[in-house]
Amino acid sequence: MLKAYLLVAAAVFAIGLFGVLTRRNAVGILLGIELMLNAVNINLVAFAWHHGDITGWIFALFTIAITVAEVAVGLAIVIVIFRVRRTIEADHLTLLRG
Amino acid sequence: MTGEAIGLLVVALALLGSSLGVVLAKNLFHSVLWLAAALVATAGLFLLLHAEFLAAAQVLLYAGGVVTIVVFAIMLTERLVGQTLRQMNRGVGWGTAVAAVVFGTIALVVVRAPLPPAPVGESAATTAALGRALLTDWVLPFEVLGVLFVAALLGAVYLARVEE
Repeated sequence: MLKAYLLVAAAVFAIGLFGVLTRRNAVGILLGIELMLNAVNINLVAFAWHHGDITGWIFALFTIAITVAEVAVGLAIVIVIFRVRRTIEADHLTLLRG
Repeated sequence: MTGEAIGLLVVALALLGSSLGVVLAKNLFHSVLWLAAALVATAGLFLLLHAEFLAAAQVLLYAGGVVTIVVFAIMLTERLVGQTLRQMNRGVGWGTAVAAVVFGTIALVVVRAPLPPAPVGESAATTAALGRALLTDWVLPFEVLGVLFVAALLGAVYLARVEE
């Protein structure tokens, strides 16, 4: 039963990775990152349940909280980029390209 | 099949379907709504794993908080809300390949890994135990988390405020 949860989490992680790699919009990339972090949480909770140990839950709780902070700062950065460059297409944001 | 297996199958299908919706939706706004569905489905998985408190936190923080912020960000940055633009970049082929390889590798390891048998008897993982652990063994990370929240809040407000 644990392996089923782990496989579901792996599939969600891969889908999120696909989103991060293929989305043009910076907000879309952030959504992909959300999916990947979510998949990690499923793994943590599944292992916590399998071992009957509370630590996995605590890690998942911290991950959820840190993700929320990350999204707030990330979206603020996206809004700043939009204000300066009038676009959030990741392909057009090449200021740091060597 | 047992009831738990049927529940897992239903919730997993809902989760995978809405996850695909997140990355494939043509309209970014629909993508966020699919994300909300995926996060609620994840809360369903947490319920199946007897993590009721985490399921509640997931719905409140993720499906409530994150989705609301993302909707606001989209409305602020999309000049044409509702318009269907080309959302994929040129790397769709590569993206699919990389995602498939990552999933294949993880799945291979998971399927072949020897897992210890589940302990029998009453599980020690309860919400009461979680609360006790959070305020005894994990109290320092817990407080640091509060500091992180204040820092993120101030940082987000500072970045997004309108210059005078």
